[in-house]
Amino acid sequence: MSKDFLRISPAFEDVMPAEYRELVASGPYGKGYGISDLGSHKELLEEHPLCAGCGLALSLRLTLSVLPAPEDTVIVGSTGCSALAFPQVALHNIHSLFGNQNAVASGLKRALKLRFPDKHKDVVVVAGDGATADIGLDMVMQSWFRGELITTIMLDNEAYANTGGQESGMSPKGAVLYMAPKGKKFQKVNMPELAREAGCVYVAAVSPANPKRLGKAIKRAILVAREVGPTYVQIFAPCPTNFKFKPQETIKRIKEREKDGTYLMREYISPEAQEYLAAMEGGTKDE
Amino acid sequence: MIEQRVVAPEYLFNEAEREEQFITGSEAVREAIKRANVDMAISYPITPQSESMHLVGDIYAEGYIKEYFRGENEFAVMSSVAGAAMGGVRVFTATGGPGTLRAFEAFPTWAGARLPVVCAFMTRGINSPLSIQPDTLEMAYMLDTGIIMLHAENSQDLYDMILQAFMIAEKPDVHIPVGVFVDGFFITHTRDRVKIAPPDLKLPPYNPYSAPVPVMDMENPPIRQMRDPFVMKSNFISYAAHASWQQEILAAAERSRRHIAHYLGNLLEAENETAPVMIVASGTAVSQSREAIESARQEGLDVGLVKLKSLRPFPTEELKAMTANAKAVIVPEFNRVGWLAREVRAALEAKVKVVGGPRVFGGMTMPPDLILDEIRRCANE
Repeated sequence: MSKDFLRISPAFEDVMPAEYRELVASGPYGKGYGISDLGSHKELLEEHPLCAGCGLALSLRLTLSVLPAPEDTVIVGSTGCSALAFPQVALHNIHSLFGNQNAVASGLKRALKLRFPDKHKDVVVVAGDGATADIGLDMVMQSWFRGELITTIMLDNEAYANTGGQESGMSPKGAVLYMAPKGKKFQKVNMPELAREAGCVYVAAVSPANPKRLGKAIKRAILVAREVGPTYVQIFAPCPTNFKFKPQETIKRIKEREKDGTYLMREYISPEAQEYLAAMEGGTKDE
Repeated sequence: MIEQRVVAPEYLFNEAEREEQFITGSEAVREAIKRANVDMAISYPITPQSESMHLVGDIYAEGYIKEYFRGENEFAVMSSVAGAAMGGVRVFTATGGPGTLRAFEAFPTWAGARLPVVCAFMTRGINSPLSIQPDTLEMAYMLDTGIIMLHAENSQDLYDMILQAFMIAEKPDVHIPVGVFVDGFFITHTRDRVKIAPPDLKLPPYNPYSAPVPVMDMENPPIRQMRDPFVMKSNFISYAAHASWQQEILAAAERSRRHIAHYLGNLLEAENETAPVMIVASGTAVSQSREAIESARQEGLDVGLVKLKSLRPFPTEELKAMTANAKAVIVPEFNRVGWLAREVRAALEAKVKVVGGPRVFGGMTMPPDLILDEIRRCANE
């Protein structure tokens, strides 16, 4: 959508919400923004309802700031913390039901492909670990089996945070959470590996501790999903509220986990995706 | 894609010369969809599904539909259907019985999101005990999902109602889903004579921007950018927003009455409505009732029939008028709970005796004699 669609009639300028005026004045449509442009526009409104120090809020900001074409991106979300922030994002976004995000996205992507055959409409799923790895796992994986041209982003805070901190499949083994009063009995689900096996042609695990790497992964995942196949990005977004650490320690926490090897950052690019990216990125190699 | 000519819905429904074919209910679905200018269909092959959705797959391969795929289960299919409808295309699917319940969470959200989805429900029994047989029990659950519900008596109704459903669902002042219900097996798996329009005609296409809500395509404002999302907020404004939205869904169904009347003729049909004993039925129970009435008349009993075609919205006023002279109303049904008798009782406000039955379920057919017995009892009281 061109920003021309968003022009405000001068007579109504003063009664339009400040957020809308800001969007018209400095919104990111068609500008090809990246991480370094953070702060030049409101990719996420500042009074979002997520907690102080929320790794997810930070990850969401970074993700939104690097969308290759926000003017043609539709987000499909799911129940969870991130759903609370989506109304504050200047993109069409869908929150249907808990766990059905990849099924909704499959129908949406195919519909948009029918209606806009000559245009890339990026359908990006952004959901939490509960929605992706537990309740929605079959629909997530089935969308990958079918080769749906969508990007799936998991904001992994390792728990059902929005409901007070219950164990999820992505919680680390041993974590004491609600519904795991004696500690979680099984390993964190290895979603990147599942994604690769299920047909994702680009898979990355990243974190907001390394914004550039996160930005690159998101951009790559969305570009590759336009033509090559389904893609998956897992963002480690720790939750200070439920894991009981100080809000200012979120990044430190990520670095510690990375260092002790309990959260692996990685990137997998299939040969077809590699070829596609090489052409898109002008021959730059994978880091 | 196969070349077809777009014609006015009224022409397709009422004027185009029709050919009579001897086909199953599932094939009638296929024939309707062939002429419905559907963009996308999404299927799931549950046992007990009818053949309808794989027959729709066949016409996709022939070039009558632009996009088609098999989903992984009914909940996922109904979710994908929602995504497709939000993306602005005309979309169709079908389900039945256990599949309906598996998908159940999706239906109220279709209505809540103002999606003009058309779904055929080929009704079947619900477990447990395990059953795949005809039974209209699932309709009891569907009554309050916010979707419009039409009930076909036979394959002809099924063919006509599916086509008409798209036109009703897509009216800007309605724009909510329409479920076309038909009794599984009795209709879906048996052949009947169905009069159908030529295959080179089709309905006008759906215009997504006729929707009363934004299409999720990033081509139309407004985009959602607000400081205070209503969800999770515990304040009066949030409650009021939610409450008024729910009322608007109900109002949309109310506004569909005139469109249903326009395309289907009316929400119900009545015969001999001055009779002291009236049968009120929907679906194949209407056909069974016709047989019973025939026998009753031979015995000299005066009995009339109301066939309900629309259950949501419910034709309360029309039903009152058609039963104004009755001393008893008999409601035969293909389910154990008697949801239709409940509806009829509520509509008639205890002004007339409503006999809830006969009822058969678990897959049994309804002997017209059971209905005839009720007619005799009511006539002789």
